[in-house]
Amino acid sequence: MIGLSHYLIVSAIIFSIGLVGVLRRRNLLMLFFATEVMLNAVNIAFAAISHYYNDLTGQMFAFFIIAIAASEVAVGLGILIVLYKKHGSLDLDDLASMRG
Amino acid sequence: MYEIVAFYLFSALTIGLFSVTIMSKNILYAMTSLAAAMVLISGFFFILGADFLGVVQLIVYVGAIMALYSFAMMFFDATRDIKEKNTNNALVFLLGGLSALVLVLMFAAPIHSDAIVALYPMTEGVGNAQDVGMVLFTKYLIPFEVAAVMLLVAMIAGIILAGKKMDESLTENVGADEEIMIVKDEK
Repeated sequence: MIGLSHYLIVSAIIFSIGLVGVLRRRNLLMLFFATEVMLNAVNIAFAAISHYYNDLTGQMFAFFIIAIAASEVAVGLGILIVLYKKHGSLDLDDLASMRG
Repeated sequence: MYEIVAFYLFSALTIGLFSVTIMSKNILYAMTSLAAAMVLISGFFFILGADFLGVVQLIVYVGAIMALYSFAMMFFDATRDIKEKNTNNALVFLLGGLSALVLVLMFAAPIHSDAIVALYPMTEGVGNAQDVGMVLFTKYLIPFEVAAVMLLVAMIAGIILAGKKMDESLTENVGADEEIMIVKDEK
């Protein structure tokens, strides 16, 4: 039977995939994709805990995470468009203007 | 039985699709696989009995956020392969795995499973959507309103950030643009 730990392990695997993406991506749009992956992993964990403890709080938190993800994407894509207008690229290496 | 098959199928597919999202060099491939994986994640929610959450995942993530990404990709040239120079790939994988492990251990360590009691237990004989609605609009009303205000602020921020100088072209084809401007001026 599928237990809580199965879901938590899947969620941890997906979260680490997203974390690796955040660490190795150099394109800002791809970095956004990686953060979406991490948010989805956490949502799976919340829904699983909510189911196995028979508690609705986990689902509530998942809803608020979805709302936060939506607003993050709205603001973040606006910033990306402004950056692209200014620099003509979304590469982090091109955008690094401070040389230290 | 069906639950086991569905769980393993969904988890294998989501892990594979998210890996494609992370590894792919093409933005279009990455976005498509991300959208597909989000559809499958809503399948997880349906297995777990969180029907309303699954529907919200489908509508908001697959519908709204993916549409927003694909609209934003019209501003960037998405067909070009992105070139990323990675200095040390193995180190990044090692660091990512290790920090994920540390995070899991950190959050799993203090949990005594027996000590957890349901704060808002699910009501028997009531559908999931109705149950969610009752809790959301009584116990979580203030966070709900704050989330609504936050979404409004995000909408205004998005309009202002993206909408400024919307009449200027982003692409290199300045010549055609100037012709359009000339035609406009002549009118």
